[in-house]
Amino acid sequence: MVLHGHFQQQTDSTGQQKKINMANLQVSTMADYMANGEKPDVLFWVGCAGSFDDRAKKITRAFAKILNKVGAKYAVLGQEESCTGDPAKRAGNEFLFQMQAMMNIQVLNGYGVQKIVTACPHCFNTLKNEYPELGGKYEVVHHTQFIQELLDSGKLSVQGGDFKGKKITYHDPCYLGRANDVYDAPRSLIEKLDTELSEMKRSRKKGLCCGAGGAQMFKEAESGDKEINIERIEEALEMSPSIIATGCPFCNTMLTDGVKLKNRSREVKVMDLAELVAKAADL
Amino acid sequence: MEFLPNIIFSLLLITTTLVFVGRVRRIRQNILMGRDVDRSDRKKERFLHMFRIAIGQGKMAAKPLSGAMHIIVYVGFVIINIEVLEIVLDGVLGTHRLFSEFLGGLYNVLIGSFEILAVAVLLACVVFLIRRHSKKIKRLEGPEMTKWPKSDALIILYAEIALMSAFLFMNGADYVLQSVGFDGYVKAGSYPVSSMLSPFLGTLSGSTLVVIERVCWWFHIVGILAFLNYLPFSKHFHIILAFPNVYFDQLTPKGQINNMESVKKEVELMMDPNADPYSAPPEPDPNASAPIPFGAKDVHDLTWKSIMDAYTCTECGRCTEQCPANQTGKLLSPRKIMMDVRDRAEEKGKRTNQSNQSEVDGKTLLHNYITAEELWACTSCNACVESCPVGNNPLDVIVDLRRYLVMEQSQAPNELNIMFGNVENNGAPWAFPAADRFNWATEED
Repeated sequence: MVLHGHFQQQTDSTGQQKKINMANLQVSTMADYMANGEKPDVLFWVGCAGSFDDRAKKITRAFAKILNKVGAKYAVLGQEESCTGDPAKRAGNEFLFQMQAMMNIQVLNGYGVQKIVTACPHCFNTLKNEYPELGGKYEVVHHTQFIQELLDSGKLSVQGGDFKGKKITYHDPCYLGRANDVYDAPRSLIEKLDTELSEMKRSRKKGLCCGAGGAQMFKEAESGDKEINIERIEEALEMSPSIIATGCPFCNTMLTDGVKLKNRSREVKVMDLAELVAKAADL
Repeated sequence: MEFLPNIIFSLLLITTTLVFVGRVRRIRQNILMGRDVDRSDRKKERFLHMFRIAIGQGKMAAKPLSGAMHIIVYVGFVIINIEVLEIVLDGVLGTHRLFSEFLGGLYNVLIGSFEILAVAVLLACVVFLIRRHSKKIKRLEGPEMTKWPKSDALIILYAEIALMSAFLFMNGADYVLQSVGFDGYVKAGSYPVSSMLSPFLGTLSGSTLVVIERVCWWFHIVGILAFLNYLPFSKHFHIILAFPNVYFDQLTPKGQINNMESVKKEVELMMDPNADPYSAPPEPDPNASAPIPFGAKDVHDLTWKSIMDAYTCTECGRCTEQCPANQTGKLLSPRKIMMDVRDRAEEKGKRTNQSNQSEVDGKTLLHNYITAEELWACTSCNACVESCPVGNNPLDVIVDLRRYLVMEQSQAPNELNIMFGNVENNGAPWAFPAADRFNWATEED
């Protein structure tokens, strides 16, 4: 019964959602499209980090700017979006995961969503791999794959000027890399930036976790002799990069914390690939 | 009396084979204690996967030195087994070098290549031994590498060295006997390696050489039969199980964790608007077995694939070496998870067999073998799964045990309970109101 109430509240809230106009950021919701009797080409699934975490919100805005720039016909769910259930599932709470999944699938199917793009590898993995069996079958792409396609097709162009001569190292998010074998799309974006990519020893299939996955993000680490993000950031800093790029809001948090703890925030920036591309495209 | 050796050999062959089959059946029984998981689909892909990872040793190249040496031992083992077939037939039929008649020139090539491989295997095993004894390879150490797992690894290496040496000495003596035309020793085979023993063996008398040849022959074949029966008690069982275990791997993306069917049913019922929460519960089915718990408490709650994983584990430590939790000093070691599952499966299997029913011994895999602290250290990053050369998935075991901790025992760490509450109430793992979800669009960078 509690469940039912919760769901009711979600449907009610759609009525209040309005198209939000800002000087340079215009984002429509699925409800907006539906009200006009239209359907967008792609749903931008923002994710909890992208919606609530101050650092990750910048990534969300960067990607929205790219989508606006190329005139993509896209929408977000806005207040109708809810956690995919990924952290609950990895923590062993399958009930909570499946309840979240079922509710999200009802919303997504209700809007007839066919394609989803997300900037969060955890949402990406769950939506792409775990939702189909529960009735949610969509084409799901990570934002690095989406941007790669925009660049390859010439819909978006970037100048490497801002990053010329800057050394970038790329941290593979586990849920993008090992979990889903997406290694090349992020790297192809870095290539387009006309910059030097220096690979850490532990990269691609051997990439070291940032320490956030499996619901670790939401708890203190078990006792050990080191934090995982420190182990990772030490390896990244050995490459003496000016930018550590990644494609996951949680990796971003862990690595940013690591850089701070090593007192290197001034010369080393942790950036999402969407932010780098947005910057290079003067957005 | 003439046939005595043949009879003794045949009896030995039958007995050792029967004992081996019996033991393998016990292991099969232990594996089938596990819950069912369907891996009967995508047969073609599975064969290709097995071909690449198991037959082709696809994951071994990640470590060039040990990988190359392992491939030598593996190829040597597989090919020298052709020779074992001849030895077995010679033993049963009382013949000597039976295949030489049929194969002619090819026989020389075969025997010659067996010898070269035997030396390569021998040398590789010596290097492996030096590595093990040096204690300098970190992944071969660790708290779970207690006395038995360490001795097990050494026993295998010493046994292989002994078997290869016997094989070469047998050939060496045979070569000398052949070249002097000793009665019964037909000229057959080429001996590029063992002929180098001639300066030493050539000084011995014919009858001494026959003794050497026969002793080595018996030592070699009895050694192989003994080794066969040692396998199922050892990590070396991977030479058999690696193939089916890789075949039955999860072929879907590694990030995908199975959706529990039992939970799906309950959630569907909860979300069904037509379901009447006050309706009388359905009549209990008298034939129904006890309800199956959510997640795994003990080894029989895991899938059969997880138990098969455990019996396939070769304790090489590649998983633990790659594990971010282990690298930063946490208690978790994926190899220990696999070894614990095997130990527990053995223990539980023994009890079931003795009493013909699953007797409760007051112990469970969760807590008695694998502690909550180990489980909560996992980041589910799949590094262990990726690194395993024999297709093991320690993460499956970890998730199944976490499920029991959370859904049956409500023993999640408090911070995770808070996260669950937030997801349930706010639709996000943090305590932010759902109404703020779209604020990002109206805020400035």
